[in-house]
Amino acid sequence: MITEFTPFMSLFGGLLIGSSTVLLMLTLGRIMGATGVLAGFMQPSSASDWSWRAALLAGMVTAPALMTLVTGQAPEIQVPVNTLMMIVGGFIVGVGVTYGAGCTSGHGVCGMARFSPRSIAATITFMIFTAITVYVVRHVFGG
Amino acid sequence: MKRIVSTYLIGLIFGIGIMMSGMANPAKVLNFFDFFGTWDPSLIFVMGGAILVAAPGYWLVVARPAGKPLMDAKFHVPQNRKLDAKLIAGSAVFGVGWGIAGFCPGGALPAIGTLNPAVLTFTAALIAGIFAAKFAQTLTARRTNSATA
Repeated sequence: MITEFTPFMSLFGGLLIGSSTVLLMLTLGRIMGATGVLAGFMQPSSASDWSWRAALLAGMVTAPALMTLVTGQAPEIQVPVNTLMMIVGGFIVGVGVTYGAGCTSGHGVCGMARFSPRSIAATITFMIFTAITVYVVRHVFGG
Repeated sequence: MKRIVSTYLIGLIFGIGIMMSGMANPAKVLNFFDFFGTWDPSLIFVMGGAILVAAPGYWLVVARPAGKPLMDAKFHVPQNRKLDAKLIAGSAVFGVGWGIAGFCPGGALPAIGTLNPAVLTFTAALIAGIFAAKFAQTLTARRTNSATA
């Protein structure tokens, strides 16, 4: 499935992601990592710890509806993989981000922006393994 | 209340950024990594743009004379700077999953709002994976404790 090259939309999206990351550090002193926010939401350490995570997640999930309202069309989600791959992939991601203590947002953006050696190592590692996996799935198995 | 409202708005900005960027579109994510096929380099602009803002932004925030965030007593920033096998192995496993599904947690969470069945399936499996790993970590910790006791 071919996708359109969208440098400006992607850059603008990235700038918004970066801005929200800085704002969360400025207001609550927290890292904008999806893994950490989600894991802490499901197993919070206190009521106040839960409430900011809930508010953040509520903001995230209302974004598509707001965008649909403003632009008149829903954001594009194209899924080139089957349900089984979604389930297997999702489960593997969950295990990996728990042991790796972070994902694209936590390590790839926040950690990289802090020049954390752990995050730089983690980001390089997952980028390499994602690329290998995509190569194997698409060009070895021909998925 | 101020804390909740501002955090909600920050989540909204993050969500709009994710949806606009293409990070919540598995076809685009997988194409970014498909150098020998239908390569789409768009996503390099996402990480580039995000770090372009976050790196100086973080520096400015932490350098503020207050020495603490606006609505909390202190910064909650990981202090661990050591590389270990768990970090690298976990990140490698995450990469494999991301390459299979095309969603990462940050991409999927805002996309839940679309109620797209693939996103909901991914998120349910993601949560199951997180709980399975946490359970395994608890077992490992218990075994280590009883071994040293």
